[in-house]
Parts: sequence; C-alpha cells; structure tokens
Amino acid sequence: MSILIDDDTRVLVQGITGETGRFHTEKMLEYGTNIVGGVTPGKGGTEVQGVPVFDTVADAVEETDADASVVYVPPAFAADAIMEGADAGLDLVIGITEGIPVQDMVEVKQFLQGRETHFVGPNCPGVITPGESKIGIMPGKIHQTGPIGVISRSGTLTYEAVGQLTALDLGQSTCVGIGGDPVNGIDYINTLEMFADDDQTEGVVLIGEIGGTAEQEAADWIDANFDKPVAGFIAGQTAPEGKQMGHAGAIISGGSGTAEAKMKALESAGIAVTPTPADIGKTMADALEA
Amino acid sequence: MNIHEYQSKQLLADYGVTVPDGHPAFSVDEAVEAAETLGEAPWVVKAQIHAGGRGKAGGIKIAESQEQVREYADELLGSQLVTHQTGPEGQTVRRLYIEEGVDIANELYMSLIVDRDREGIVLMASSEGGVDIEQVADETPEKIHKRLADPQLGLAEFQARQMAFDLGLEGGSVFEAVETMRNLYDLFTDLDCSLAEINPLVVTGDGEVVALDGKINFDGNGLFRHPDIRELRDESEEDEAELEAKRHGLSYVNLDGNIGCMVNGAGLAMSTMDIIKHYGGQPANFLDVGGGADTETVATAFKIITQDPEVQGIFINIFGGIMKCDVIANGVVNAVEEVGLEVPLVVRLAGTNVEKGRAILEETELDIIPADSMADGAQQIIDVVGIDE
Repeated sequence: MSILIDDDTRVLVQGITGETGRFHTEKMLEYGTNIVGGVTPGKGGTEVQGVPVFDTVADAVEETDADASVVYVPPAFAADAIMEGADAGLDLVIGITEGIPVQDMVEVKQFLQGRETHFVGPNCPGVITPGESKIGIMPGKIHQTGPIGVISRSGTLTYEAVGQLTALDLGQSTCVGIGGDPVNGIDYINTLEMFADDDQTEGVVLIGEIGGTAEQEAADWIDANFDKPVAGFIAGQTAPEGKQMGHAGAIISGGSGTAEAKMKALESAGIAVTPTPADIGKTMADALEA
Repeated sequence: MNIHEYQSKQLLADYGVTVPDGHPAFSVDEAVEAAETLGEAPWVVKAQIHAGGRGKAGGIKIAESQEQVREYADELLGSQLVTHQTGPEGQTVRRLYIEEGVDIANELYMSLIVDRDREGIVLMASSEGGVDIEQVADETPEKIHKRLADPQLGLAEFQARQMAFDLGLEGGSVFEAVETMRNLYDLFTDLDCSLAEINPLVVTGDGEVVALDGKINFDGNGLFRHPDIRELRDESEEDEAELEAKRHGLSYVNLDGNIGCMVNGAGLAMSTMDIIKHYGGQPANFLDVGGGADTETVATAFKIITQDPEVQGIFINIFGGIMKCDVIANGVVNAVEEVGLEVPLVVRLAGTNVEKGRAILEETELDIIPADSMADGAQQIIDVVGIDE
C-alpha cells in the first residue's frame, strides 16, 4: 500500500501545453505515471506526448475517468485551476505552482470546504509513491520503494532527505510535499493520519521550517495519536527574524515560528529531532531500531 | 513590499478612512511650505523610513512654529535614524511627512492580517494603542480582540460593531470606527495586502476616529495585479544586494557571517546555513538560485555573494533534481572565470548528472574544492576559512 497515489491513479495535467507542463509530463510518463489527459483552455483536441488535451477538467474527467490532477498553471490563474479540478470531482489535486497570491489561497480553501477533494500544495514538489506513480517535479531516480513516509514543506531539502534514506536502503512508501506557502492544502496532521492507516509505512520523516505553527500542532497530534517512529528536522535555525527565506511561508514574525520552538515541540512529543540536515536518514534509521 | 506612511495614508484616505491633512516633503523648504499650506500650529514633522519605532527614536517631532518645522526638518533629513527595527546602522531619512496636529483623547490599535492558522483574514484591535502591539500581546493578551472575516461575505457590520464595543467606544465614535474597519477591510482585499495596520487609531476630543499612523505591506505574489501599487516602491529603503538578486529571480538575504552560500531550493538553502552553524561557522547569506538556474543566473549569484566584503569562503550546495549538476558545474566554472576567485570555494553536487558535473569541476585548472556530502562541504569550508569569532 501507500497513501494518496499508486499505479492505479489516473492523472490529468492542468497546464499541459505550457513549457513546464510539457517538460514534466514527459518526465512523469518516463517514470510510469498513468497520465490519461491534459487540460489547457482553448487547446482541446490537441495532444502532448500522445496525451489528449481537453478544454476543461470536467470534459477530461468525463472522457478519461481521471481521479487526480497536477497543476502547472502560472500563478495568476492557478487558484482558479485548482478550484476547477475540485469542482470536477477529482479525489486529489496537486498544486506545483509557486507564487499564488495568498488571498487567492484563502478563497480556494473556502471553496474546498465540504468537498471530497484532497488538495496538496501549492508551491510544492508534488507526491511520489516510488515504483508506482510520480506526480510533480521531483527526480524519480533518487527514490526507492520501502517503509518510510516523508512529509515536507520543502523541495530540494526533501530530495536531500530521500537521498540519505535511499543510501541507507530505507525506501519510501510515499513522499508528500505539502508546500512552502502560508496557506496550503493538506497539512502534516492530515498526512500523518493517512500514514497511520498505511501498513507499508513503518516510520515517518517530518521536515519542517520556520514560520507558522503547523509543526507544533503536528507534534501535539503525534504525541496523542501516532505510534510509528518519527524523525524530524526543522530548517532555518539560523534565519533572522522578519526576513522571508525564499518560501512565502518561511518567515519568523513577532518571535513566533522559530526553528527552536518547533524543535522543542517535536522533541517533547518523543520525536527524534536531528539538529543537522546531514543526519536525517540516520536519525530515521536509529528511530526505527529504538 | 512595504511603502511609506504618507503613501499608506493616501491609500487609507482613498478608501474613506479619516487621516490628518498632510504633505510629503523632500527638502527643508518643502517642509516649511507644507506647514504653511496646512494652516495653524502645531505641525508634526515625521521621518519617512520603512521601519517602526520612529517615535521613540526621535523621528517624530511636534513643531509649534514654522521656525521649528525648519529646524526639525533640517535635523531629520539626511540623518541616520536608528530604531529597534533598523539594526544598529540605522536608515537614512530621505523623505518627511508634515502633518497637522490632532487633539488626541484616546489611542487604539487596529490591523488586518492573513492568519495562516485560521486560513482567513483576521481583524485585530486593542484599546492599548500607540505602543508595540507585540508587547501588549505578551503582557496583557486579554486586551487584544480578534474577528475572523468570512472569505465570501467579508467583515460583517456586526463584527465591526462588536469590535467597537470591545474597544470601549461610545456614541458617534462607534459608528465611525465601524466605517473605518469596513473601509480598511476593502482596502486590504482589493490591494492584496499582507498587513494593514493603524497604530495608533485615535479618537479625538470631538469623538472623531482618525488614523494617526498607517503601515501597509503588500503580498509580493499579488503585485502583478496592482501596477499602481508597484509604483510606490522606494528602492532606497531596501538592501541593494537583495534588490539586485530579486531582479535576477534570485532569493537572497544578507547575514552577518563570513561563509557565502549558493544553494538550489529555499529549504536546502536554510539547511545549508544551519549546517555551517552546526559545525561552528557563520553563514554570510541565504541564497536560493531557484529550480531553473542557468549559467548566467549562477554567475549573477556568484557576483552578489563575492560583493559582500565579509565573505571569506563560499560553499555551493546543489541537489540536482530538474536542475542538472553538469549545467551547474559549467555555470560555476564560467562564473569563476568571469568574476575571479579570491576566496576558497567548496562545491558539493548531488542528484541528476552528478558524475558529469564532478568531472567538469575536476578538469578545470580552477582551485575548486569538491565535497562528497553536505556535512563534508560544510566542514571543509570551515576548515579553510577558520571559525569566525
């Protein structure tokens, strides 16, 4: 098993005719992802990499029976694309786009309320279930199938962690990038709930960063509800207050959202926290044996 | 993006929020002229910089005569104002705002923010105005009131009314405050703000509700919709290297240390700073070259890092995903050949095309120290640079 996606997941690419959409459609197809269609308004009836393109997500779902989509649409139009995917009844919409205005995301979150769609992102590398399906922009090659679930707000830092896990022969069940924006889709707790129910997942790597309090809430939830070993790392221990560190959500404001507070919260929930990003894999391996 | 107080007040006035009459001034003569236009004393001479805490730092003066306006304007213009938000070097005062005096009966605090936990827009207000709101939150949190706006309906009138009564307002001031809150909400949502703060919002002796200060920050991701707001940017208030980086699509933050960093991805870039610190070194900057960096971007990043006189060594840490290590390696070699290399350089490459990338670095005559891992790279650069005390 795995969470969110597997080799049965039928994927649409929203924004498939753009440069980014085209490039990653090719990479996902190479990996073996079951891409059944693409959507670009006005480009319906054409093809990209042999994949049929539709004008609307609703049309695409009707024709292809898709149950998931990945959004490569530019920031100005991305929120609308996410809502279109949810409205078409998809189980899963993954937003890769970086730079969506935060007030657009507030509207998206409101729109998603009461709907069944899981939304992942935005500003994230996507979701991968190694050996089965890769939906996003992460390099497939560094992953291998195995028992570790990964949840992260970051992109390349997740690749670093996955690289370490794979080097230790610790494969991954599913890796989920929840995104670096202040208002985002599924959070740590939603993802942990899925990992709790997933038999393949024996341990979880949780990667956080400065800004907000999502890691603290996850720590409290893990303490009360989660029995599998967790290894944690928080990026931004040296970040100054009041400065946005790349990600829109990575900012310490008014003394809140520091790495120190997050690491402390994780530690008091019994999570193995490594102070250095070089030991994420090893910390997970040790936690599994403990 | 931040703007000046006088610009914020113009926007507030455009949205129907009452503000005192005032004029910006770029010279002493303009300041005196502004005072003349405004009418009778007193006048308030206010330094315009993008940092809070101006009052305590001596950046806001009350003038009782035009001579005093001249005196204060002369003193403030061109001076370095040091507040708790500027850092020890302070910020140069290049603009003033000359405002009419206001008869203050009561000082309040009011702001709107996007609350990331509640995933909506929150109105926050307090009867403790004119002071640092973080201090109020620490010491007397019960004096801070919040209302979450409905994303579809906006801030309802009853919510604003409740807030006005929470603040202890009475009579006509209640309805003026309600108007202020609703107008502020419209401004906030129309203009993609990330913060709209009035501190203090005052009630005058006549019961009028007036914004005595105004601080508006905009969501950088929303600026594409607001060309008129982009025009308000004052680049002289921002760090030059950070601006230069932004123009090239790079994300850069200058720090105090001596080890320059170039990394792909924000999370990995923060972690690279962390690991340098972990082994006893001090990072000189945060720099994310992004996912699609080409040779030119790498060269620009290299220049920005080496322009910092504090930098005594550079650590490049790349985990290639979409970005290929050979492309980065070529970029680094070209950049070094173009810009020159006067400090030690450690390069760690991993991920896509790592062998090709390492081969390129090995073949050059340049003095590049290769690293096998993040930890190895951090330790090597600290070894050659030494620990910065």
